[in-house]
Amino acid sequence: MYEIVTGPLLWLSFSIFFIGCLYRVIWYFRGLAWNLDRVAYKAHMGAGIKGALRSIFFWLFPFGTHSWRQKPGMTILFFSFHIGLIVTPIFLLAHNMILKERWGISLWTLPEGVADGLTITVMVACVLLILRRIALPEVRILTTVYDYLVLIISVAPFVTGYLASHQFAGYQFWLIMHILCGEIFLVSIPFTKLSHVVLFFCSRAQLGMDFGIKRGGMKGKGFAW
Amino acid sequence: MPEGTLCNKQTVDTLEQLQALLNDRRGERYYEEMKSLEVEKKALWATIQKTCKSRIRTWLEICAHCGLCADSCFLYTVNNKDPKQVPAYKIQSTLGEIIKRKGDVDNDFMHMVMETAWAKCTCCNRCGSYCPHGIDMGIMFGYLRGLCFSQGFVPWELKIGSGMHRVYRAQMDVTETDWVETCEWMAEETEEEYPGLTIPVDKVGADIMYTCNAREPKHYPQDIAEAAILFHIAGEDWTVPSKGWEQTSLSMFAGDWGACIMQVKEVYAAMERLKPKRMVGTECGHAHRATVIEGPYWAGRKDGRPPVECLHYVEWVAEALRTGKLKIDPAKKIKEPLTLQDSCNYVRNHGLADITREIMSYIAEDFREMTPNRENNYCCGGGGGFNGIGIFRPQRNVALKMKRKQIRDSGCKLVVAPCHNCWDAIRDMEEVFQDGIRWSFLKPLLIDMVIIPDHLKPPEE
Repeated sequence: MYEIVTGPLLWLSFSIFFIGCLYRVIWYFRGLAWNLDRVAYKAHMGAGIKGALRSIFFWLFPFGTHSWRQKPGMTILFFSFHIGLIVTPIFLLAHNMILKERWGISLWTLPEGVADGLTITVMVACVLLILRRIALPEVRILTTVYDYLVLIISVAPFVTGYLASHQFAGYQFWLIMHILCGEIFLVSIPFTKLSHVVLFFCSRAQLGMDFGIKRGGMKGKGFAW
Repeated sequence: MPEGTLCNKQTVDTLEQLQALLNDRRGERYYEEMKSLEVEKKALWATIQKTCKSRIRTWLEICAHCGLCADSCFLYTVNNKDPKQVPAYKIQSTLGEIIKRKGDVDNDFMHMVMETAWAKCTCCNRCGSYCPHGIDMGIMFGYLRGLCFSQGFVPWELKIGSGMHRVYRAQMDVTETDWVETCEWMAEETEEEYPGLTIPVDKVGADIMYTCNAREPKHYPQDIAEAAILFHIAGEDWTVPSKGWEQTSLSMFAGDWGACIMQVKEVYAAMERLKPKRMVGTECGHAHRATVIEGPYWAGRKDGRPPVECLHYVEWVAEALRTGKLKIDPAKKIKEPLTLQDSCNYVRNHGLADITREIMSYIAEDFREMTPNRENNYCCGGGGGFNGIGIFRPQRNVALKMKRKQIRDSGCKLVVAPCHNCWDAIRDMEEVFQDGIRWSFLKPLLIDMVIIPDHLKPPEE
């Protein structure tokens, strides 16, 4: 079992993830049309790129935009969740050991305690995000089963990974579950709204270009749309 | 009955059709007919497939349902935080649903969509700047209005408005003769006080071609006189076109893209005919949006720019004051506290926040900002056509509450509103709530303040 999930299935998952994401990005940009979107992308490429980078850059920082500043609680919750979600798997010692073993390369790694802290943060943030969905009427009305499913898919590798790494009873089981959950997560990305992994950048870039080229980017200053 | 005689999927292209609609008092028969208007599902879906590409589809798909857009929407706030006013909900339950059902929606559904598109969104685009994913629901509502229009589900006034543009190339029944005569009349009225003042029509190669809002010749001709006085005092070489003088586009509010194209091409044709160095438009937000920001795309201009450089009136005023073409008498600067209404269409959507502040620094001694302001300012409450739609008047009156609160909190009794729509909304607000607030365009305020050079003064008796 271990051989299968860490062998062919892993390769398959990563392939689907990379090819799928690439497809989504290409599909996105190919679908942009200057006349339908009413943005002269090509004619003002410089202003467009400037607007796009501004728009992405400011939104990547906690409290970087009006929206983030207006909702500090949500901002902290949101960034804790996303930072843990991205940083932990990439810089985890155990993951990098596998990388080293197989390909002879390794990235900088997180101390175990920090990795644990981030994992717990992701799990707690996920619970709080679920509670937020239930508690706030303006979020509840938007929420569907799909939103919970996406949250569960995202947090499952963390829960199972935590259980496996802390040598709870049934280490082998949790390890295989962890790898499977991770693979499900990767495969889900291109096919669900988890595609925002790449489409966030595309969508922000588009709006940044829209404002940068057409809606005032060349006249106003200091506003990151 | 699939189609009514008044309420149908046809565009209004003749005077007879227009007259028939106008004769229908308050659109009573029109809305009655709408109740049995059939949805052409296949055509609806075909249009979507052709025009709804990756940008909107991605927006609808990746919306994280986080609700951060809720508080950005003034309609959500003034309607007691009704969850049904959350922008993401409004667009997902209308456009999102139509796409999910591949256009298979019925008459009742389209009625709901129409109300959402015109009475629950003013296309102010504020939510777009509060969404982490950069989802601009105002743009989607603009698109949705187009779908509604193509199916005949459009408020009566806007069907008329877009018909006006198709028939008269103006949002009101102002013909070329009416327009030119109004200009002549205003020049005559004004030249006694300002000797030498003219309103040059169709002058080729002038520095400025001035365009305005049909309401001005129709209802407020003094606005044209005021524009003429200020150009005269500033010593501008200017002209108005006999055709292509109308800058507005109710068809943009209606979602009648065909009429938008006709209208803007008329203005661009005037630019090409008269070859002015620049165009200056009147104090109107949506007119600027239609002719300067969106117009180039409707007209198929790949560079996204109008044929000549176009300025909003506030840009011209700021320039004239900065360069000294217009000089303010320091003794006449406005002393009472004064606040400024930022029009969504040229402030949030065209970056003119600094320009308007610059003007305030020249004319006001006690300028006070509303909160929030600049790009974050709230819609006046009547944008996107909301002001003019009779059946949605109660909703519009609720919508005014946010601006009312902002103005009252500023502590000012005078509001400068360099936008026809905002101006109307504040006027209506005063009518409804009677707070003793005064509102004004820039032109009359400036005329009271500018120094008239000696050589332009009437000869002493």
